[in-house]
Amino acid sequence: MAYDLTFAKDVYKKSEMGQWIKMCMQCGVCAGSCPLRAHWQHSPRQLFQMVRAGMRDEVLKSSDMWMCTSCYNCIVRCPRELPITHIIHGLARYAETEKMTDPQQPTRRFAVEVFWKNITSTGRVGEAMLTMRLYFLDGLGAGIQRGLEMKDSAIGMLKTRRLNPIPFRGKLKGFDGMTKMLAKAAELEAKLENHA
Amino acid sequence: MEQQKKIGCYICTGCGIGDALDLKALKAIATKEQKIPVVKDHALLCGSEGVAMIQQDLDDGTVNAVIVAACSHREKAAEFRFDIDLMDRVDLRDKCLWMLDVKDGDETAEEDRQMMAEDYLRLGCVKIKKMNIPDPFLHSEGSKDVLVVGGGLAGLTAARDIAKAGYNAVIVEKSDVLGGKMNAMHKVTPDNQPPYRELGENFIGALISEVENDNRIKIFKNALVSKTSGQPGQFDLVIKNGSTTKELRVGSIVVATGFDPYDPTKLPANLGYGTSPDVITSADFEKMAKEGKIVRPSDGQPAKRVAFALCAGQRDKEHLDYCSGACCIYSMKQAMYVIDQYGDDASTYLLYQEIRTPGQMEDFYRSAQDKGAVFIKGDVAGVSGNAKGGVSVKVRDHLIRNNENLDVDLLVLATGMVSTVDTLDPNAPSPVGTGRDELPGSILNLQYRQGPSLPRLGAAGFPDSHFICFPYETRRTGIYVAGPARRPMGIAATMTDASGAALKAIQAVEAVAHGVAVHPRSGDLSYPSYRPEGCTQCKRCTEECPFGAINEDDKGNPLFNPARCRRCSTCMGACPQKIISFANYSVDMISSMIKEIEIPEEDEEKPRILIFACTNDAIPALDMVGRNRSSISPYVRIIPLRCMGSLSLVWIADAMSKGFDGVMLMGCRHGDDYQCHNVRGSALAEIRLSKVSETLQRLKLESSRVKMVEVNIMDAETLPVVISDFVEQISNLNPNPYKGF
Repeated sequence: MAYDLTFAKDVYKKSEMGQWIKMCMQCGVCAGSCPLRAHWQHSPRQLFQMVRAGMRDEVLKSSDMWMCTSCYNCIVRCPRELPITHIIHGLARYAETEKMTDPQQPTRRFAVEVFWKNITSTGRVGEAMLTMRLYFLDGLGAGIQRGLEMKDSAIGMLKTRRLNPIPFRGKLKGFDGMTKMLAKAAELEAKLENHA
Repeated sequence: MEQQKKIGCYICTGCGIGDALDLKALKAIATKEQKIPVVKDHALLCGSEGVAMIQQDLDDGTVNAVIVAACSHREKAAEFRFDIDLMDRVDLRDKCLWMLDVKDGDETAEEDRQMMAEDYLRLGCVKIKKMNIPDPFLHSEGSKDVLVVGGGLAGLTAARDIAKAGYNAVIVEKSDVLGGKMNAMHKVTPDNQPPYRELGENFIGALISEVENDNRIKIFKNALVSKTSGQPGQFDLVIKNGSTTKELRVGSIVVATGFDPYDPTKLPANLGYGTSPDVITSADFEKMAKEGKIVRPSDGQPAKRVAFALCAGQRDKEHLDYCSGACCIYSMKQAMYVIDQYGDDASTYLLYQEIRTPGQMEDFYRSAQDKGAVFIKGDVAGVSGNAKGGVSVKVRDHLIRNNENLDVDLLVLATGMVSTVDTLDPNAPSPVGTGRDELPGSILNLQYRQGPSLPRLGAAGFPDSHFICFPYETRRTGIYVAGPARRPMGIAATMTDASGAALKAIQAVEAVAHGVAVHPRSGDLSYPSYRPEGCTQCKRCTEECPFGAINEDDKGNPLFNPARCRRCSTCMGACPQKIISFANYSVDMISSMIKEIEIPEEDEEKPRILIFACTNDAIPALDMVGRNRSSISPYVRIIPLRCMGSLSLVWIADAMSKGFDGVMLMGCRHGDDYQCHNVRGSALAEIRLSKVSETLQRLKLESSRVKMVEVNIMDAETLPVVISDFVEQISNLNPNPYKGF
């Protein structure tokens, strides 16, 4: 049924900052402020209205949430002071936990397959390894090609010391503590879902 | 007793006036030419010494009428406030010195400036010589009681506030109960209750008992006003209660008869009213909520999913062309009823065009969203029955460009407000004579020559008021419309409106008791009178008076009601016989002023252009031109008029036969968004002016010599261009051949 509130209520409860979606007044300032607007199929305000209209599949399968680069323009400008960037990230994560995301969505692959593994394995982002993993996501040939394409940038960054060629070894001080925190967060999240 | 006029003329030489002008020559104009007995100057007339000098002459009886030749009359008004009836200001600074671009050593320009100043001084002298002390219109049997028509929220609030201020109020209520539409109200919006998020309790019961227990307030229930005659201070009413009638005299009137909801059967078919019992109006829904059961009328099942169609039949040329201003807010309130009753099971949808939640109600909007109401910018494309009960609403959703069915238990249509006040078209010819039968359904049944109803503005049918400057006023002095009868509004606005109208009604009775005008010329003692032997019964004055102040006797002679009059002098300008005048303002006064201006000979090549400027808007705008030091032509001469409505065509003829090359009229904007303080003044002047070509033809002059422009008080930037264009246009014509005659 169109215009069913079940999905919206789920989002309000389970998606991070999702409860803010009901406060959107559809002015469209976020859409006008987004530098990547051309790459979004639906603007943030449209996504929010789709949530309220109960369009679960369209929202969760959409690649829109993965397009956000966290520039925070929308947050700064939202007259209703909605934390739009965080809401968008929350929706992306919610789509992932609901297993609705297109597995081939590039940002999603980077986030789930590369970034999360990289940061949770040591507690820090290892730039060299992160870049390498990203480049070779689609196999050896594609990785080499990408590397060559970007080699001038990489050399420039090396020269100006913006890139550390030596992979980070060892672990974050207090790594065990961090792991425990992540486990606790997962536990709380699971509880929240069961509760709903 | 008419005292002998002893005029004193005081010239200020401050602000550069003394340096720029030839003071000796100016004083000679006043003493030798105009024969003013006392002429003095001071280097700082508005300072305590200068003012004391004038006061001294007044105190020892040397003078009793004062000309202050200094700055604009809008400047230093507090300093030059003397307890005398005859005073005038000559503006040598703002509209003379500051408006002229005179380079050092430019003798021609200096001479032009001196000529302008001398002319203005002449005008001031002639004006005060032609002014008489006004005798206030006083009446010994006046009443200070206020009639309040309608015992709903607006009426009760007005009556309570009138009583609180120490005056007596009379409420006439049509039905047998007080409270009006508020009695059906479940809860109220928190307009005055921070943080403006939760619904408030209906307070009408408390207000009713407060009013009922006030011994200053007299209440007639089941009653109507079947006749209203007279004027402020002496409105004579006939109050009808079934077959019994009662006569009563009051001083002023507050009309608070409220609104009628728009007839839902007239709504557009796509809204589906009448197709299913589950499509109801907001009023029906409110009643349901008050009874505590929000259910589907069709089968009595709980109505947990409710859609509200806002702007139903509103902002729609075919229905109500306007926004009723309260529907967004009350629909949010009603959505909260559903959420309050059904909690998590409730789904409420508000289908809107634009959300209008002025003031603190923005917080109420947020509260409705926070409680879970869903707002959809969209229209109802159609409504159909639903197999599961309720209705299926086809929504054209502009936000997600969707066209889907919204299945709900109830569709609530937010219909708009229609005024209950009977109004008349001010442009239609009015009936002749005074005695007339009662107009069925008329709120007041005014025994006015222009008809029993209040003039309306535009097609919306609300009584006309000057919405910028005098929002409570109707076009009938002493009669104030408040609440949704005046314009659509919600609860909080209605209460403020009623308090405002109550204060205006009190102001009116007090002003009348003192014999002065209420507004816009507050405190004006003068009023029109006429010379009966000159009257040709043409009825122009009774027809044109924007305020219906003049009745007619059986023969068609005007019967002035000075307390209804706003002193705009439209009647004076309307009269072809020039027999209507005020003690301190007359056709003869302005004619004499025109004739006093010096017109240079044709070979001097100094044209003269006369500007008649409305004192309310054009004069302040011209003052601002001076203050901005924007230069205008030194050939213009400005004469302020009370209102363009007072324009007599004789003045145009006088100016032309005197030798003026052109005449420009600066009136206010007219039409539906008029700015004229007297509503019709500038519009009537324009109509009169359309007949001026006759006068000009008789004089064998081009009709382009006379031009009327609409001037707004904000027009100081453009005014110099408007004037210089006209001066240029006139310069291209031959000089007026009547010069020197």
